[in-house]
Amino acid sequence: MKWDISDIDSWKTDDFPLGAVIPEAGNSHYYRTGGWRSERPVRNVETCTDCLICWIDCPDTAIHVADEKIAADWLDLDHCKGCGICANECPVEAITMVPEGCELPEVR
Amino acid sequence: MTEIRTVATTGNLVVAEAMRQCRPDVVAAYPITPQTTIVEEFAKYVAQGRVHTEYVTVESEHSAMSACVGASAAGARVMTATASQGLALMWEELHIASGMRLPIVMANANRALSAPINIHCDHGDAMGARDTGWVMLFAETAQEAYDNTIIALKVAEDPEVLLPAMSCLDGFITTHSIDRIELLDDDTVTGFVGTYQPQNALLDIDNAVSHGCFAGLGGPYFEFKKAQRMAIDRSKAVVERVGNEFTKVSGRDFGLVETDMMDDADVAIVVIGSTAGNVRHVAKEMRAGGVKAGIVKVRCFRPFPHAELAAALKGCRAVAVLDRAESFGAEGGPLYLETRSALYDLESRIPVVNYIYGLGGSDVRLELIHRVYADLSDIASGSAAPSGLVYLGAR
Repeated sequence: MKWDISDIDSWKTDDFPLGAVIPEAGNSHYYRTGGWRSERPVRNVETCTDCLICWIDCPDTAIHVADEKIAADWLDLDHCKGCGICANECPVEAITMVPEGCELPEVR
Repeated sequence: MTEIRTVATTGNLVVAEAMRQCRPDVVAAYPITPQTTIVEEFAKYVAQGRVHTEYVTVESEHSAMSACVGASAAGARVMTATASQGLALMWEELHIASGMRLPIVMANANRALSAPINIHCDHGDAMGARDTGWVMLFAETAQEAYDNTIIALKVAEDPEVLLPAMSCLDGFITTHSIDRIELLDDDTVTGFVGTYQPQNALLDIDNAVSHGCFAGLGGPYFEFKKAQRMAIDRSKAVVERVGNEFTKVSGRDFGLVETDMMDDADVAIVVIGSTAGNVRHVAKEMRAGGVKAGIVKVRCFRPFPHAELAAALKGCRAVAVLDRAESFGAEGGPLYLETRSALYDLESRIPVVNYIYGLGGSDVRLELIHRVYADLSDIASGSAAPSGLVYLGAR
């Protein structure tokens, strides 16, 4: 992040930018929305055809692609909100939504 | 050298002319009575190539102001116009424009709000927007509507201000009546308003910024509102300064409040908009009859000139405030509330009576104004003031 806000809690009214502007672009990357997720997409690599429809449709650009294929570390869990659009749009039903936390010992 | 051209035309057409001379980059607008001929005339100027503006036709006023917000955030000089229901439909974007500190200038042709449906003049539309953070100027005449529109742009774009501004003119009375108006030449207006230097323009890709950000959950929302308050407080001196500069190029006066016959006035009427003409006429008649009557016209409603109003009224023995808008459930209309507050700081306690008048274009006849001055004369000579507000002329 280029904009240094480390001291923001001590800022006075005049220290903030005009009109609540953030003086840099592309900063939503720094805002982690993964904690909003209640369901997590799980991809079946056997079924997946790498059509990339999930990558196109993901509203949070949380799906990674490498060499025009879905990447091995395919999901950005810091930003995936668990909306389920990828699972819904997958033409071969290779993605299923799994409740978050179900694999944890206290839930199981 | 300033050239002045005298024309006979309507308030709306000279507002469109002022807009053309201000050379906005973008106008996004939706037609609504009695504002329609402003944007119609402006669209004609665009079609004729007399102004190089991106004219955006939209499907509602909600979209009109949204498009204005987007264009202004992009760094454009933006103007528009609306009235009544259209202004009401813009309500959320009015706050967004001021909160994002976008100097959009909008003419508002004051018209009553539904229900019942009515297309005629009152100030209920603009007064409903008085707390949205816009600078608000009101015109008595078509001439003032032209002047205020130009002044509003220069105030809005001032680096000390950077707030949206509204230029209000009375529906039909001012928008559609033909009046004698002095227009400035294009170069004078263009030079007067200068070139807009946007801050944080989205199209300035070398200095990329993000607009419309979230500032909740312990974020600095509170501080951004304080910054807005500081800006509109600063704007008062800027309105005065720009008004004085405008007087130099046009020869026409501009005051936050404008007084007439107030030097020795015992009784005074405080008023906004076209009715000031009737009041001035009747005040002169009262003077001829031996009553020391005066008039105080409020031309700048936001920021409200409390000190100037108190100074103008301090020698009076009775004051009437005419409100062409309701503030249902409040002690009186919006102008009354501001005026009473302004007078609180005076040593003497001046009786103030509130008259609600002219709602929905209800006729403001001279005898009604006579009655107000007669009431004030009675109060000044010791009679009790009417208790509560008076619906002037209502059956």
